Amino acid sequence: MAAIAVSTTINGDNVEYLCQPDETLLDVLRDRLGLTGAKEGCGTGDCGACSIILDDRLVCSCLVLGAETEGRRVETIEGMAHGDRLHPLQQKFLEHAALQCGVCTPGFLIAAKDLLAKNPDPTEEEIRFGLAGNLCRCTGYDKIVRAVQDAASVMKGA
Amino acid sequence: MNFDPRYSGRNFASVGTRPIRPDGVDKVTGRARYGADFNMAGQLVGRVLRSPHAHATIRKIDTSKAEKLNGVKAVITAADLPDLTDGDAALYDILDNCMARKKALYDGHAVAAVAAVDARTARQALKLIEIDYEVLPHVTDVDEAMKHSAPVLDDTIFTEGLEQEPVKPSNVTKRSQYGHGDIHAGFGQADYVVERSFKTEQTHQGYIEPHACVASVSADGTADLWVCTQGHFVYRQHCAQLLGMEASKLRVTSSEIGGGFGGKTHVWAEPVALALSRKAGRPVKLVMTRDEVFRASGPTSATSIDVRIGARKDGTITAAEATLRYSCGPYAGMWAELGAMTAFACYNLANVRTVGYEVLVNRPKTAAYRAPSAPMAAFAVESAVDELAKEIGMDPVEFRIRNAAQEGTRSSYGPVYGPIGIGPTLEAAKNHPHMQAPLGKNQGRGMACGFWFNFGGQTCTDLNIGMDGSVSLAVGTVDVGGSRASLSLVAAEELGIAYEQVKAVVADTSSLGYNDMTDGSRGTFSSSMATISAARNAIKILRERAAQMWDVPVDDVVWENGHAIAKGEKYGNLAALSLREIAAGSGKTGGPIAGHSELVADGAGVSFATHICDIEVDPETGATRVLRYTVLQDAGKAVHPTYVEGQYQGGAAQGIGWALNEEYVYGKDGRLQNPGFLDYRIPVCSDLPMIDTQILEIPNPNHPYGVRGVGETSIVPPLAAIANAVSNAAGVRMTHIPMSPPRILAAIEAERGGRWSK
Repeated sequence: MAAIAVSTTINGDNVEYLCQPDETLLDVLRDRLGLTGAKEGCGTGDCGACSIILDDRLVCSCLVLGAETEGRRVETIEGMAHGDRLHPLQQKFLEHAALQCGVCTPGFLIAAKDLLAKNPDPTEEEIRFGLAGNLCRCTGYDKIVRAVQDAASVMKGA
Repeated sequence: MNFDPRYSGRNFASVGTRPIRPDGVDKVTGRARYGADFNMAGQLVGRVLRSPHAHATIRKIDTSKAEKLNGVKAVITAADLPDLTDGDAALYDILDNCMARKKALYDGHAVAAVAAVDARTARQALKLIEIDYEVLPHVTDVDEAMKHSAPVLDDTIFTEGLEQEPVKPSNVTKRSQYGHGDIHAGFGQADYVVERSFKTEQTHQGYIEPHACVASVSADGTADLWVCTQGHFVYRQHCAQLLGMEASKLRVTSSEIGGGFGGKTHVWAEPVALALSRKAGRPVKLVMTRDEVFRASGPTSATSIDVRIGARKDGTITAAEATLRYSCGPYAGMWAELGAMTAFACYNLANVRTVGYEVLVNRPKTAAYRAPSAPMAAFAVESAVDELAKEIGMDPVEFRIRNAAQEGTRSSYGPVYGPIGIGPTLEAAKNHPHMQAPLGKNQGRGMACGFWFNFGGQTCTDLNIGMDGSVSLAVGTVDVGGSRASLSLVAAEELGIAYEQVKAVVADTSSLGYNDMTDGSRGTFSSSMATISAARNAIKILRERAAQMWDVPVDDVVWENGHAIAKGEKYGNLAALSLREIAAGSGKTGGPIAGHSELVADGAGVSFATHICDIEVDPETGATRVLRYTVLQDAGKAVHPTYVEGQYQGGAAQGIGWALNEEYVYGKDGRLQNPGFLDYRIPVCSDLPMIDTQILEIPNPNHPYGVRGVGETSIVPPLAAIANAVSNAAGVRMTHIPMSPPRILAAIEAERGGRWSK
């Protein structure tokens, strides 16, 4: 199959890459661009570990083709901190120990960022349903929910 | 050097605080490297071909077409992994599980593998491999597999542990028995007897990170392996032995691990990746898909358990017995034996007997899953205990307190207990506000206890003090949930310095001595013991250097709060020397300062927990909702309490999934029907409430800080606690896990039918 040339924006940077027509965006990010923050937990859109934001929309990058990002904006976990300044969600995940193994964490942070962008003051129930597309097997979600609540209150005050 | 591991009752400065973990920033920025995040130049993609049959003889494998495909660099079968196990039956099973030799023994069993330039070529190559199978009758159910009519998986298996040696092979590899006293006499004294049979379905550890590794074998016979594992030293040993290498020629680096829960304690893909790399002469990356993870890795046992417990009117248990049948997959295990050991471990029993049967079935090889085998046994026993309390008319907590094991009790599996936490967790449960909270319509409360052993094991730790006074701690247990933070706290505590001054890393197999698998809740227990020992060795050198700097006898120098102090009035003028000051001068006083420790961390404590939960059952649909959940568990000493809470909450959540949802569903064809997270549904955020925790600290007398392992026990009580809550809410005793809506509905309808027919 002939490779497709794609021109896109990733974390604010202009990026060009070649990919196969059947190659997922997740594979492009991980294998071609070295952005391994997004993880493949299932490859079928069930675990959310590969969550990214595509033009302000939360998606599983394993369900998007690499060729589909042409002319669009991609945000990944690698773009969440500004230099050495962590995003409040990242900071609160650390303070609350909202991660144990940490493999689901990039996906949760992206999903939580998307949630707070749309709903800056979510209830516990809204957080729980907002993050229901992301699987965590270590924490029982308790400390994740608390970290998101704490980050939301910090971000509102900012 | 002699190391005294006894509990000393010291006051803590660092231990018990809650700092941010040292690996945290990398994990929230996407920088941390897990199994699949590592690459090497010239790396090939490995893929495994798996049997679609539950049970089949492999008559012939033709790989010639696959080998000819452009871009394919190696194709291997069992012939490329010759049997070098030298009579080690357990290792032979591992080898056969990595690559089927004569028969495919379950849906998903590896039969061949390829390495190619890219994933697409590798997938194409798998399709070109031709295998001639003779499909055999199969059995996947544990009770069916025990029947005389069942197809026998391995005709060399004659049940061990029977009084009379069997004359025919069967699927039961072993019978084990535990207990003491006189069961018949005990039941003779009982006023009430409860007898029930229970079943639990097979579940998977469900770690979010699939198994992944990169193997690179050089032409000189040395090799590197990057892998997500709970024990890189054990992986090195197994891989080296299976590939005919010397262990020291294989360097294994453990990546960040995206969950293990016991499931990353066995090699599957790693020997295959090494064999592919050896044949292709290039590095090979092998990553399982989620489908492969479900079909070929993990899972835990499916079980069938009979329990009988008798008690007097006053609430004293007079006798208890259980028969436990655990599926092992197609290879021998000791899963039922662990169930038999743990089943009644919470109680002080005069007469107790448990019998375990290890049963072969055409399912994946059973792997450890967090307190392996204990949750199912606890489900059966704690359900029957609840029922018995009800018959006697006693409060279930009071009934358990009355019969709880304590210091000096002879456990049902043999040893006599030291100081233990079962009584205190029950008392804490009794006094917890959760127990008094009101319940609404269709809501029920349940509670249950759980027990698990802790393991100590071989442990090796290096502590190196830099010339700037900062401390590098190299440990050989894998960090599965924050242990680098807790071990840094321990090093800081012992040395008397700030947590921030310590940096802990997990060392590779060429940089540190052997460490056992990170299992049995041993990571923080054993590596903290080795860290304390290493720090004490370093302190001895620090004292010597200070003595040298002062020109005083070393016996006059003590170590306090991170400083060397010369004791005695004659040294009144000498200002204390800090660790930094001594380190800065080390080049002139004898060179680098380090403390090492190699030990067997004996004296691991035992661990107990009590859980309380409230469940609402919809009587129309059988659907359930977890309303409230509380975990009370003894930690010995919580080194980093936040991560201890995390272990309690995580185990409870896994137990909730197991109790209510998760199960392997096999079709009549012996194929797994739900090998994905859509159909094998683990709890999501909206399924759960906050999980309340209470940490009790009953010091382990065999650890300097009193630490016990905390990782596993939290998954033991949930199945039973939830079953008791559902049974109370629905008004019918639930005996089959998971309590999915159809099972609950069927139980409710059967109970209604029963009532109507009366």
